[in-house]
Amino acid sequence: MLQPACDTPPLPPVLLSFLALRSKPEEIQQQIVRETFHLVLKRDDNICNFLEGGSLIGGSDYKLIYRHYATLYFVFCVDSSESELGILDLIQVFVETLDKCFENVCELDLIFHMDKVHYILQEVVMGGMVLETNMNEIVAQIEAQNKLEKSEGGLSAAPARAVSAVKNINLPEIPRNINIGDINIKVPNLSQFV
Amino acid sequence: MALKIVKGSIDRMFDKNLQDLVRGIRNHKEDEAKYISQCIDEIKQELKQDNIAVKANAVCKLTYLQMLGYDISWAAFNIIEVMSASKFTFKRVGYLAASQCFHEGTDVIMLTTNQIRKDLSSPNQYDTGVALTGLSCFVTPDLARDLANDIMTLMSHTKPYIRKKAVLIMYKVFLKYPESLRPAFPRLKEKLEDPDPGVQSAAVNVICELARRNPKNYLSLAPLFFKLMTSSTNNWVLIKIIKLFGALTPLEPRLGKKLIEPLTNLIHSTSAMSLLYECVNTVIAVLISLSSGMPNHSASIQLCVQKLRILIEDSDQNLKYLGLLAMSKILKTHPKSVQSHKDLILQCLDDKDESIRLRALDLLYGMVSKKNLMEIVKKLMIHVDKAEGTTYRDELLTKIIDICSQANYQYITNFEWYISILVELTRLEGTRHGHLIAAQMLDVAIRVKAIRKFAVSQMAMLLDNAHSIASNTQRNGICEVLYAAAWICGEFSEHLQEPHQTLEAMLRPKVTTLPGHIQAVYVQNMVKLYASILQQKEQSEEKEAAQEITQLMIDRLPQFVQSADLEVQERASCILQLMKYIQKLQTKEVPVAEEVIALFAGELNPVAPKAQKKVPVPEGLDLDAWINEPPSDSDSEDEKPQTIFHDEEQRHSKHRQPEIDEEELARRREARKQEQANNPFYIKSSPSPQKRYQDTPGVEHIPVVQIDLSVPLKVPGIPMSDQYVKLEEERRHKQKLEKDKKKKKQKKEKKGKHRRHNSLHTESDEDIAPAQQVDIITEEMPENALPSDEDDKDPNDPYKALDIDLDKPLADSEKLPVQRHRNAETPKSPEKEEIPVIEKKSKKPKKKEKKHKEKEREKEKKKEKEKEKKGEDLDFWLSAAPPAASTAQSPNESNVNTVMAVPEDYEEPKKEEREDEEDDEEKKSSKHKKKKHKKEKDKKKSKKKKHPSEDEQVEAIQNGALDDEPLPPMSSYCLLAENSFIKMTYDIQGNLQKDSQVTVSVIFENKSDSFLKSMELNVLDSLNAKMSRPEGASVHDGVPVPFQLPPGISNEAQFVFTVQSIIMAQKLKGTLSFIVKNDEGSTHEKLDFKLHFSCTSYLITTPCYSDAFAKLLESGELSMNSIKVDGISISFQHLLAKICFHHHFSVVERVDSCASMYSRSIQGHHVCLLVKKGENSVSVDGKCSDPTLLSNLLDEMKETLAKC
Repeated sequence: MLQPACDTPPLPPVLLSFLALRSKPEEIQQQIVRETFHLVLKRDDNICNFLEGGSLIGGSDYKLIYRHYATLYFVFCVDSSESELGILDLIQVFVETLDKCFENVCELDLIFHMDKVHYILQEVVMGGMVLETNMNEIVAQIEAQNKLEKSEGGLSAAPARAVSAVKNINLPEIPRNINIGDINIKVPNLSQFV
Repeated sequence: MALKIVKGSIDRMFDKNLQDLVRGIRNHKEDEAKYISQCIDEIKQELKQDNIAVKANAVCKLTYLQMLGYDISWAAFNIIEVMSASKFTFKRVGYLAASQCFHEGTDVIMLTTNQIRKDLSSPNQYDTGVALTGLSCFVTPDLARDLANDIMTLMSHTKPYIRKKAVLIMYKVFLKYPESLRPAFPRLKEKLEDPDPGVQSAAVNVICELARRNPKNYLSLAPLFFKLMTSSTNNWVLIKIIKLFGALTPLEPRLGKKLIEPLTNLIHSTSAMSLLYECVNTVIAVLISLSSGMPNHSASIQLCVQKLRILIEDSDQNLKYLGLLAMSKILKTHPKSVQSHKDLILQCLDDKDESIRLRALDLLYGMVSKKNLMEIVKKLMIHVDKAEGTTYRDELLTKIIDICSQANYQYITNFEWYISILVELTRLEGTRHGHLIAAQMLDVAIRVKAIRKFAVSQMAMLLDNAHSIASNTQRNGICEVLYAAAWICGEFSEHLQEPHQTLEAMLRPKVTTLPGHIQAVYVQNMVKLYASILQQKEQSEEKEAAQEITQLMIDRLPQFVQSADLEVQERASCILQLMKYIQKLQTKEVPVAEEVIALFAGELNPVAPKAQKKVPVPEGLDLDAWINEPPSDSDSEDEKPQTIFHDEEQRHSKHRQPEIDEEELARRREARKQEQANNPFYIKSSPSPQKRYQDTPGVEHIPVVQIDLSVPLKVPGIPMSDQYVKLEEERRHKQKLEKDKKKKKQKKEKKGKHRRHNSLHTESDEDIAPAQQVDIITEEMPENALPSDEDDKDPNDPYKALDIDLDKPLADSEKLPVQRHRNAETPKSPEKEEIPVIEKKSKKPKKKEKKHKEKEREKEKKKEKEKEKKGEDLDFWLSAAPPAASTAQSPNESNVNTVMAVPEDYEEPKKEEREDEEDDEEKKSSKHKKKKHKKEKDKKKSKKKKHPSEDEQVEAIQNGALDDEPLPPMSSYCLLAENSFIKMTYDIQGNLQKDSQVTVSVIFENKSDSFLKSMELNVLDSLNAKMSRPEGASVHDGVPVPFQLPPGISNEAQFVFTVQSIIMAQKLKGTLSFIVKNDEGSTHEKLDFKLHFSCTSYLITTPCYSDAFAKLLESGELSMNSIKVDGISISFQHLLAKICFHHHFSVVERVDSCASMYSRSIQGHHVCLLVKKGENSVSVDGKCSDPTLLSNLLDEMKETLAKC
């Protein structure tokens, strides 16, 4: 069983997915995120990537396993049925998949496309259990779904059409993209797991 | 301008998508909350629109807000609306939102059932996929019950993408709806061999997760997993399986033996660290489960420890961490092999990573011995001094205490040293574990009588220096030790050297700044102290001194009487009155000491923590019955406490309720627990018996009073534990010398006789005698109390419900609920195609009720049998030698395969079978009319006799012998082994009386010119088959052949074997040893053989009437198999005769070139055959209560027939 979360330290979490704790109120979830943050953030890069479970995340059977990429932390909370090194590899697979799906993924991609990141995660982990570890398979499924979505016109297209008439009046376009220096995530080329 | 505003608002209302929302929040850092509430208002507007696209967009934004911590449960209904959108794009948004925020408490969740069912059966695989994904997150017991059948259907979907999701989600369904486990399990098992690796991996995942919680139910899958392990190349799957084996081996040590070799191979061959690590872990689990009996035992441990050392020495901190983790597992069973790496582990204590240091500490815990305890603790004390951060220091402190107190202070040889360590630990600032130290002090002082004198002197010192302990910091947990110090000084005051001084220390005004519960102990114990001083003074006739001491008490006690703490106040005022009374008596010169001492007479014994729970309830006592009728609601209880507080002026308020204090305690306790629970640093330590003081209230509420430090801060006489280390070393050295001397003496006396004893002369733990006459009193338990761990089990474990026996065949009643009315519209409803496993089982609805019931009963019986058999299968699989053993590989491997085939054969009695059955029945009933009764014939051991037939032809072929056609001579004896001296032939016969015994008759023929004698037959027993040996003989002894053989003579001897599982053939290796004696002298000879127990040999020719035969076939409980052999030229009669003779069958009925035959195994399996002869071929259809037995029998038959 595992519960993933993905955080950027100075900002709100990019991605959160709770399983066992979903019935807890949002405040508790936020508290868990904050404390996880706190714990992970103060760790050097050259110390081990495991944190033993505190009572907040379910007790001693649980571990936090995380990986740090540039400004992003990917944290998974797993119980003893998962292999620690296996999960580290899984995070790697997940990040590489993100990299493929977003074409050179950066922090902002994740921040602005929380939904897409979720969909990708759902192809890797389902209901707290590892679903697929083969990156090519994951990417293929994601692309097939994206194609399907495109053929339906996408999510934001419909309302956009509805107001397109009004929008087309010539008014100075508000800059939609605020340039924040792209922080590229370096994905080390580790040997693929499977 | 106006237009601009209008446009802007429209724009915002319709066009703000997720990206805009995120951007907006980032741009409104200062007033984020305000901005978001504005956005939520917009979203609410959007949700009111009819356009589903707008709604979906709104829900998508809500999902983001939920992640930021905003409650969106109010939109649950809108989320369901979006989930039911027809477009995949919107549906996915809806399911994502649901998976993020729905939980069991969401009430609208029950509205989703039909929508989800629709999506599950959608033609678009991604609709189905998204529904499965969503469901996996929010499945409730209701949803699980209603949808279990639909999901089970999906497990056989054509698309692997759906299959793997369906398989995975089944685990969630099982958790919520345990009844579904048994009906769904056969299919789940099937998926272990799915062609798609993803599906296979999902199935492994689910079964591993299930098996982890209830391993014993999954033992029978071990062969299947073993096959997967040796064939799979997917590291994920391998890791899961290997982890699973780690959970299974403790239940079945034989499994471990089988695993060791493939695992060690993997360890050597794999390059993936994760796999290597898991292999090592499982090997460790195996080694733990095998306490002995492994030849390569130590080699395997060495391999593990060596690999782990590599991990620990690696620069990768993760590997280092895991290496330590695994090492601690080895430590439990093989401490010696880990202890040699002590250097490495102590080195890890200096690591910069706290997790690694903590792991290393754990290891140290198990590595201590009497010899190195002091050294290790000394190192830890250095670390305590160096440690930064209270968390780690606290951890060190608890570890030191754990290490020393483990196993009832087993490793402590010098308690003075331990006490001084504890006292040293009190100098720690800001620790939260003062209560732990206090508990240790109390425990040691109570349980080790010899140490009391020393302990008391140390505690007196602590009390004297209380200011340095209590004053330093405000939130200081260390003052808890004063609690212990005061109690020990009071209770064992007879050991105090200067009781007067200690009493004064306890009466200092600063004591009143201590927490209430400590003050209370102070007050109580100063009386004990006072009593002993008083006694002392009275005995030495120092009346004035005695009066002085009373006066001192009376002078100082009022400061406690004024305490805010009720407990302190009450005790102090009681005692003050007592003192005043004593003073009165003293002035009258009445000796009072004896009476005061009597107040505290009696000794306190340690009581086990569970003792209270274990006190048996006496007969006739109903603890739940009211003693008094409960008060009616009218007199409200709230008023009572108020009146009590009004009375506070009255000093002797007797009706004070003790609950008040209790409540307060409970409240504080609760608060502290809460704090711990929310503190991520708080790691639950394992419960130790010394936890009695865990529940003492926290010290955070101590009023802070500044104490002027005019008193010099020198701590006189606080012991240095280091000096004890030295002393101890000297003592041990001396001891050793003495012992050596003694030994030398012994040596001289007994000379070389005890060489073995001397060779063991190393300084082992046991050689070190404790310094004190240690009397560790065990904790008291009430009489009749049985020690058990039952009370530790959690009755609310959600996985307990999944503890279900999976080997038992499904009953008709076990079906997944199907909602029929909905599916009625669609002709191709899933349940028609797919319920199968269950429906296949429910047979012949035409059958009359009564018969049905009868059958039920029989079925039950059979099920039990089958279950047993399952276990036997596993036994057999396990008993086979490891595959890579030698040339004997192939038979073993085939065994493994056949066993693994069992479950499938058995799970799928296909439809054809039923048809066949019916065919058979028809035939039978037609034959039935003939009503030909056959006579029984005992064929056993009368192979050569032929009973002439009395009846028609059917009768005649009973034993395969037709009068008109002479049969070729047949012998059931086959060659066992042969050399130039002797030839052995053998035959195996079952024993009907004893269902697990077979008799092997061996004919020994002397081929030589010599005399053969002292023949001894020995067989290497397997777990399944054992030779019966005379009583008292070991399993390695041979059985003597009861005769000697002169040249050219042959004779027969019989040996009895016990066989557990008969469904498979097997071979036993054996040796015949004998002495050849001729004119030249005698030589010792050996002849190796292999004894082949075919399945046939377990059959006993049993006649059967055709109506009974028909009934048996009708019952439908037999599984079916068939073979066909081509190129048969011999006549049908001969053929039948061969089958009857070699395979112990009897003919039931014969019509033309078709015959039915019957036999029974020694364990009561029915075997029915239908033999049909074609032009050049013979087909044999068999039915048997055990599919494996049948297939093995048919294989053997094929071999016989092929020879024809």
